[in-house]
Amino acid sequence: MTINQSGWRPEAPVQGGLEAAPTFTGNKALMLEEPLLFEIGATDRTGVDLAEAPKVKSRLAGLERNRPIGLPGLSEPEAVRHYTRLSRQNYAIDLGLFPLGSCTMKHNPRLNEKMARLPGFADLHPLTPVDGTQGALALIHLVGEWLKTLTNMPGIAMSPKAGAHGELCGLLAIRAAHEAKGDARKTILVPESAHGTNPATAAFAGYAVKGIPATEDGRVDLEALKAALTPDVAGVMITNPNTCGLFERDMIAIGEAVHAIGGYVYCDGANFNAIVGKVRPGDLGVDAMHINLHKTFSTPHGGGGPGSGPVVFSAALAPYAPLPFVEKHSGPSGDRYALVEEETVGEEGHSNAFGRMVAFHGQMGMFVRAAAYMMSHGADGLRQVSEDAVLSANYILRSLESTLDAPFAASGPCMHEAIFSDAGFAEGFSTLDVAKGLIDEGFHPMTMYFPLVVHGAMLIEPTETESKAALDQFIGALRSVAERAKSGDAALKAAPVHAPRRRLDETAAARKPVLVWKDPAPAIAAE
Amino acid sequence: MRYLPLEPADRQAMLGVIGAGSVHDLFVDVPAAARLSGPVAGLPMHQSEQAVERQLTKLARMNQAAGDQPFFLGAGAYRHHVPASVDHIIQRGEFLTSYTPYQPEIAQGTLQALFEFQTQVARLYGCEVANASMYDGSTACWEAIVMARRITRRGKALLSAGLHPHYVSVCTTMAKFTGDDLRTALPTLTDGAPADDGKALIEAIDGDTSCVVVQYPNILGHVTDLSEIAAAAHAKGALLIAVVTEPVALGLLKAPGEMGADIVVGEGQSLGVGLNFGGPYVGLFACADKHVRQMPGRLAGETVDAAGQRGFVLTLSTREQHIRREKATSNICTNSGLCALAFTVHMTLLGEKGLRELATLNHALAVDAAETLAKVPGVELVNGPFFNEFTLRLSKAARPVVQTMARNGVLGGVSLGRLYPGVETLEKGLVVAVTETTTTEDVAALAGALEEALA
Repeated sequence: MTINQSGWRPEAPVQGGLEAAPTFTGNKALMLEEPLLFEIGATDRTGVDLAEAPKVKSRLAGLERNRPIGLPGLSEPEAVRHYTRLSRQNYAIDLGLFPLGSCTMKHNPRLNEKMARLPGFADLHPLTPVDGTQGALALIHLVGEWLKTLTNMPGIAMSPKAGAHGELCGLLAIRAAHEAKGDARKTILVPESAHGTNPATAAFAGYAVKGIPATEDGRVDLEALKAALTPDVAGVMITNPNTCGLFERDMIAIGEAVHAIGGYVYCDGANFNAIVGKVRPGDLGVDAMHINLHKTFSTPHGGGGPGSGPVVFSAALAPYAPLPFVEKHSGPSGDRYALVEEETVGEEGHSNAFGRMVAFHGQMGMFVRAAAYMMSHGADGLRQVSEDAVLSANYILRSLESTLDAPFAASGPCMHEAIFSDAGFAEGFSTLDVAKGLIDEGFHPMTMYFPLVVHGAMLIEPTETESKAALDQFIGALRSVAERAKSGDAALKAAPVHAPRRRLDETAAARKPVLVWKDPAPAIAAE
Repeated sequence: MRYLPLEPADRQAMLGVIGAGSVHDLFVDVPAAARLSGPVAGLPMHQSEQAVERQLTKLARMNQAAGDQPFFLGAGAYRHHVPASVDHIIQRGEFLTSYTPYQPEIAQGTLQALFEFQTQVARLYGCEVANASMYDGSTACWEAIVMARRITRRGKALLSAGLHPHYVSVCTTMAKFTGDDLRTALPTLTDGAPADDGKALIEAIDGDTSCVVVQYPNILGHVTDLSEIAAAAHAKGALLIAVVTEPVALGLLKAPGEMGADIVVGEGQSLGVGLNFGGPYVGLFACADKHVRQMPGRLAGETVDAAGQRGFVLTLSTREQHIRREKATSNICTNSGLCALAFTVHMTLLGEKGLRELATLNHALAVDAAETLAKVPGVELVNGPFFNEFTLRLSKAARPVVQTMARNGVLGGVSLGRLYPGVETLEKGLVVAVTETTTTEDVAALAGALEEALA
């Protein structure tokens, strides 16, 4: 049976009259408004069917809840629709180029997701007897070995949960190493251009933080650094390639100077994508470096985590790596993987481990994804990754340097990210306006106002997973928006006008924070 | 190479625009000695999707997945049934492949979901406000201690003997470096001993104490009223931090916030996330409104846009590292966004009704199981009150028993020997968790396995 459409005749659309009238719902066709769960759900509604509980005598010691919790539920169709509609208000790497400098928003392969969901990994309890976890431990060991190989560093800690957690791990190993020598030092040097996590981590690890200025060409001022290397300096935190997208040419000299006073070099590995497979940080004098698996190794950012931040160590720091870790023992009956935890720490020369950073073994789900990615690319593919990432960033730099001020363009090529300043914008126009203009063009904005050493910084990292056509479209869009900022196009101040929301009032949000839903007071019943 | 869209002709054209002869010219700033001339030695070359799948599947099959046999492990990570739609939602590319919502106009999906998450966590914990998540329960626990130090300006924290030993280990590791003074104790299995060390903790609170940290239900599964210890802490100007590793328990049990806890933190893995061999998980963190500016981590807040429409943004970022640098409340940058979303979708599917039913089912099955297991010769139930996890005292050391049972296809619980290696007074303890995934047959299998192992 077919539906009778005999009343329908094709017709051409009427010309004109294209101004949008407000809709009854507030929706704009596929752009759908969605209320909060608390406005549509009900505490007596549920989207799950559970077996009936057997009748037993409660053993809760009279601690049963006696007041409502206030957790509304939805039926399954409503819940799926609610969160699907919300999802459509997000930009994502699946939708387009995501040029966030220092964040490495590359394609997230779906093979990674499939592998992480294999029951042998996803449905495995962290305290399963070690004999029943040999495959999982083998995988953790494998990822660790490959990260060590890629960095030419002999030690590794797999457990840190994110980049900043890895930084903390590295600094604690540095402290433990100094303290083992009876030489507790108090200061960490951090360049001005560093990620905010660097000084925050140093402070969290109990260090005083001292800044190091940058040179005119956007790199660490080696002479200033040397002058700051007093005997109290435990180490330096360097980002290389740095946050201006430049390789620290003096890296080896920096390492030598720091080592000469008995300090250690921490490298922030957030920008490892620029050199993975091309340059090994261990060859540059680095003592500790975290690796963001959610950047270089393609595990998804998930709207802000979970991340994963394994740390590689030089021989000097390797003995201090935290628990737990995996050790491979090869024997006649094959390989066996041991989990070194508190109980065995005294054995086999592990007594220097500085302690434990997380309840279990780290981000296993991310290790599986990273393993799938590394296996897929291999050594040859990873080398191509960094080459294409650097090539794409330089292509953007050179394509836009006639439109936007590129403060370090004259000093040579950039690495995996290109940086521009707001010089030349019309009075009253800022980097923020350009960012919001890019939203209307269908792109996520670049990293803005970071690093702090460039005025109105725009830091653009295209990554290697963009086609030339995608890069060209982005370049065209940014050029167009930048020209509007330079010519003082007042309409740009209103951008974005095509996004689910116009510019949001962040000042109001911070002044009187509303951080949870409060049920409206019940209306007073009419007499 | 399937993840790389650039073709040789594209690369050539791009090099032309750049004015470079070869891609190697772009790496001139790298010291020559450190430039590799070819692929890194010691790694395999690229492989097909099928080849990768084959190798990883082989590794996965070498593990004893929870679902493959009767399973009773808990101690900070719990196996619950996660509705299929949870995974469907978190795999939507708009959630999975989005970034931290720093550009709120195109991140309302994430931000609104985080606002819902914060509200759910705050209500579940009985607190006024919750943040947008932490790495996991153990790191949230340490951050809570640091927060209490900031609020009280005191450096001594009393950790209950009932706190998960790995959480204790994380905190003592950090305290070694920060100089915080942590007092810890071991739980006890002795017959007739009190269920927790509440009394000892109350006696130990003094004018230097920043906080008391208790777990609820605790590592042995004990459940005790926190009101008294909260009052004692407050009387001395200290805070009570409650740690909850099993959020499902709060479907039935009074919330720690209701009983006077000032900061409530915990693990959210039970809802939506799965076991994952220990991570990624999701740390929950809640407190009173008056302490919110001392809270670590991200916060989503409500505001309006230029057209007056309601929307959400990340807020109070002046606490955070990217603004405050070394003066930030924490160095945390990443949270556990996607796991928080999974938690929220699962919680939304449950609703209060479903959560209560789920908790009731867990408790009833656990009570039934405890009664069955306590009848096995050589097995005694240690707990008075408990929720879905309890401790058995065996007639011999539990760790080898667990290993034997595992080899025979029963994952029978977590031995205290594993959690407290070398502590003789605890070696006969076995912590058993029972959830809605546990069947009567599973319990019978465990009873049989214990009987055999203890005979």
